[in-house]
Amino acid sequence: MNLLTPDPGLLFWMVLSFGVVFFLLAKFGFPVIVKAINERKEFIEMSLLSAKQANERLAAIQQEGEQLLAQAKAQQKEIIAGAMQEKQRIVQAAQDEAQTSASQMIEDAKQSIQAEKERALRDVREEVASLALDIAEKVIGERMKDADEQKKVIERLIDRL
Amino acid sequence: MLRKFLIYIVCVIGFAAPTRAEEELDVSKIIFEHLGDSYEWHIAQGAVIPLPCILINGEGVEVFLSDKLEHGATYNGYHIATEGDHEGKIVNEAGERPFDISITKNVLELFIVCILLCSVVLGLARWYKKNGSKKAPGGFVGMMEAVVDFIDKDIAKESIGHGYERFSPYLMTVFLFILTSNLLGLIPVFPGGANLTGNIAVTLTCAITAFIAINCFAPKGYYKSIFWPDVPIFLKAPLPIMPTIEFIGVFTKPFSLTVRLFANIMAGHIIILALTSVVFVTAQMGAAMNASMTVVSVLFCIFMNCLELLVAFIQAYVFTILTANFIGLAHSE
Repeated sequence: MNLLTPDPGLLFWMVLSFGVVFFLLAKFGFPVIVKAINERKEFIEMSLLSAKQANERLAAIQQEGEQLLAQAKAQQKEIIAGAMQEKQRIVQAAQDEAQTSASQMIEDAKQSIQAEKERALRDVREEVASLALDIAEKVIGERMKDADEQKKVIERLIDRL
Repeated sequence: MLRKFLIYIVCVIGFAAPTRAEEELDVSKIIFEHLGDSYEWHIAQGAVIPLPCILINGEGVEVFLSDKLEHGATYNGYHIATEGDHEGKIVNEAGERPFDISITKNVLELFIVCILLCSVVLGLARWYKKNGSKKAPGGFVGMMEAVVDFIDKDIAKESIGHGYERFSPYLMTVFLFILTSNLLGLIPVFPGGANLTGNIAVTLTCAITAFIAINCFAPKGYYKSIFWPDVPIFLKAPLPIMPTIEFIGVFTKPFSLTVRLFANIMAGHIIILALTSVVFVTAQMGAAMNASMTVVSVLFCIFMNCLELLVAFIQAYVFTILTANFIGLAHSE
């Protein structure tokens, strides 16, 4: 039958065309496509890998940051506590100093008052003594005649005092 | 009520149909005309593309358009034989065939397939050269990439293994060639319609390329396994029973490839053509019969075309994967 015998003309063209097409596609077509596909596959794999690495690095950095933050917080706390202590100490010291200086001043004042008082008393005493002397002198100097007169003088003198 | 109405309609149509006595319809002739090759491309009634005839005889080359030979005309001593061994082919006065490399319908279809294939694949290659591996393809390029990658990884690499890169361009070419031819064969109008992969010359060439790919690049162990296989000695000497079987096997592989593709596609075309012919065969049996059979014919044709679409893919895939497997077997030793 006609259908089962290959026609030489068609066979000729088929061999020629298929040969040319195969040559063209195998040389300029498919290798380029396959190469690009493989390259892209590699690129994607590499990208995934580097993304994973970057993620890991990011996580590490985050952890480090958190650690640093915690450290900083602890340090801050310590510093604040220290400062508080210092402050208290300074306030205490200032209070103490004020106390001591105040008491010192009071003491000094007391002493000077005491001294002043003593001096005044001494002065009064001297005055009284000299007055008494004066009076005694006067008493003795007048030489009272009578006892009434004497009494009057003494009273007068005392009044004058 | 409805039944009565239907019977009435059928009767009216049945009697109203003119009973024309036309010439006997030779369905098998129509079918084989469509399956076979021709020197012109018949598009529709009155629309015929004449194709160039190229004939080589002892004296030289003759080139002329096929419309010179229409309706049994003779040109330069050549005419198209109407009977005998060379029925439908160009013969000279003595009824002998010159070396005929005319651009027939199938050859033109072959060129269309080749141009389509080259432009698509080289276009793809240009896209990849331009965009490199930086851009992901979409649409048509993405679809073609899936096909190329599938043949490269899932057929060639899977079946051949080490050194598959040498063969994958061939497998891709043969797959896309058969697929394109199959699909174009299903289109009934101009750019398609020729029965390319249902022609034994085409499938034979594909199988010969497969034969070359299988046998010409095989390692030494492959030839040893054919001519001195690893079987008990009485099977290979003094009577070379196993070597004979193995040697025949070398040729049955491409032969089976040839016939499988050819027969599958041709059978599909025959069924579709026969189903279409039902419309014209029943035209003489009255309008009611004709109308109902037309509905049946159209429904079956739609079904068959869907099936053929599937077969177009399956046959291309089967040819490729079998070739890949044969190559893989040759390289496994």
